[in-house]
Amino acid sequence: MSELNEHRAGRLHGIWALTNRELKKWYKAPVIFLLSIIQPIIWMGLLGKAMNIGALIPTNIPGIDPATVMKTVLGTSDYFSFMAVGMIAFTALFTTMFSGMSIVWDRRLGFLNKALSTPVSRAVIIFSKVLSATLRSMFQAGLIIVVAIAFGLQFGANFNPLNILGVFAIMFLICVGLSSLFIAITIRSTRMETPMAVMNLINLPMMFASNAFFPTKFMPDWLQTIAKFNPLTYTTDAVRQLLIFNTDWAQLAWDFTYVGIFAVVVATIGIVLSWRFLSK
Amino acid sequence: MSEEVIKAEGLTKVFNKHLTAVDHVNFSVRHGEVFGFLGPNGAGKTTTINMLITIMKPTEGKASVLGFDIAKQDNNVRNVIGVVPQEYTADEDLTGLENVLLCSDLYGIPRKIAKERAIELLKLVELTDFKDKKVQTYSGGMRRRLELACGLINRPKVLFLDEPTLGLDVQTRVASWDYIRKLKKEFGMTLFMTTHYLEEADALCDRVAIIDHGKIVVVGTPEELKHSLGGDIITLSIKEDPDVSELIRAVENVKEVKNEAGSYRIKAEYGEVTAPFIIEALRRKGYTVTKLMLTEPTLNEVYLEYTGKSMRDAEESREAFRAQRITMRRARAG
Repeated sequence: MSELNEHRAGRLHGIWALTNRELKKWYKAPVIFLLSIIQPIIWMGLLGKAMNIGALIPTNIPGIDPATVMKTVLGTSDYFSFMAVGMIAFTALFTTMFSGMSIVWDRRLGFLNKALSTPVSRAVIIFSKVLSATLRSMFQAGLIIVVAIAFGLQFGANFNPLNILGVFAIMFLICVGLSSLFIAITIRSTRMETPMAVMNLINLPMMFASNAFFPTKFMPDWLQTIAKFNPLTYTTDAVRQLLIFNTDWAQLAWDFTYVGIFAVVVATIGIVLSWRFLSK
Repeated sequence: MSEEVIKAEGLTKVFNKHLTAVDHVNFSVRHGEVFGFLGPNGAGKTTTINMLITIMKPTEGKASVLGFDIAKQDNNVRNVIGVVPQEYTADEDLTGLENVLLCSDLYGIPRKIAKERAIELLKLVELTDFKDKKVQTYSGGMRRRLELACGLINRPKVLFLDEPTLGLDVQTRVASWDYIRKLKKEFGMTLFMTTHYLEEADALCDRVAIIDHGKIVVVGTPEELKHSLGGDIITLSIKEDPDVSELIRAVENVKEVKNEAGSYRIKAEYGEVTAPFIIEALRRKGYTVTKLMLTEPTLNEVYLEYTGKSMRDAEESREAFRAQRITMRRARAG
């Protein structure tokens, strides 16, 4: 019997090393880092300020007050605030998508095989991808909130700074879910094109069949049904409840439950699938 | 410790139910030796190594590394082996030192010990001056050495090298062999390597297994394999005209003599010892040898003998494959 590695490593060893490896590519590369900061600003400036929906409502018709109409339709009289929050979900979707691709690179460049030949757990390899995507999205979400405030985000009447923590919590859940989903899609792939196509197919419908940019209640029935199952709808609603609406606590609890269940279920599926494909 | 460090019995890998990459392979690697798998691209070398380093499960048969079953005790195997993969797996955006430390984290080695070891290993592979430079700036040879350092961070008992000098120019390749020899000596490890370079198998391996179409065709030391072909080739010319074939044939250890238009092609065992006897025999009869050339059979002749085809042909497609790989890496770096 020969002696084993003298450092009996824990089950989760290596998770921070692998996560940090992903994050370093981002925060150590000035251009990428800068772009990830500028991108939400541009999006918000363009989409939020260009689509001034409030201005579409005529002001010269007696009995119609644009602010009231907006309030009824959107839940807030300011479209920019409505949209800026939708942007947070949008960021989660796209940041996690690109992180999903990194496993394809790792496979193609041989790093994945190398990691698999070390005592690091298979689950840790997957977790680290999920974690790095999540941390990145949460950073960007924080940034969006700051930028949105600078651009004139109107907080809800009972807004409390602690609500920001709630935003990070829901971001954490949705990012864990989404990145697990994307990793499950990419895990078997050795090339970039196929998962990219699949993800684009998923992403845009997911974006628009949700309440991120427009309230669902004015959508056709079939689209409303899709939106009702779309976890992004619940994420966006939760963030709105926390930041710009008069918080409806029951609705907020339901949002958290739904997104939480989504995260757990998808993460489990992702991990089970990856486990199978990583050890064949 | 058991003499057999690696033992494979009927090891088989079938892909997609019909493509047999490795076909009932049996071999054992002894403690402290360098054991090489020699064969062309697609012969099943990498698949074999992937099974031994536990990243692929065998379809059939079994194998053990230091007594640990590769399928049932895979985590034990992973702890005692080091792997130097075919690809450059080091992260281009990180420095050399950061890369080695990343590897150490995958083994759960505490940071303090890891740092000492990393510094020591980087010195050993002569990368100390470059340890804080990003890997992007490294040359091919430096990257290979960095991979070696990463593969040794857990002080492995067995080191697996998959095509350790793939894509290096001849000088760098020879230098890499020196590093490998040095590291083996330093750490007293057992080495398992694959290669499709005949010179590499000859220069580095104590024993070689020639693998073709997923099957081992022959195993032995490079010397044994070459001797199994029946000796060296001596080519000589003499000043005088008459045919001296019979005279040469009478010399001990000479197997075969052919007169090819005044130049004699002689197949003989222990060529370097036999040649002086031939010269002596000719001189005694008054003939003068004007030219003599001794050719020892290379593994290429061995390969040819056992597989019926030349290794060089197989290499061509390999080069194309490598070119594609490099293009891809550039695409990423860009």
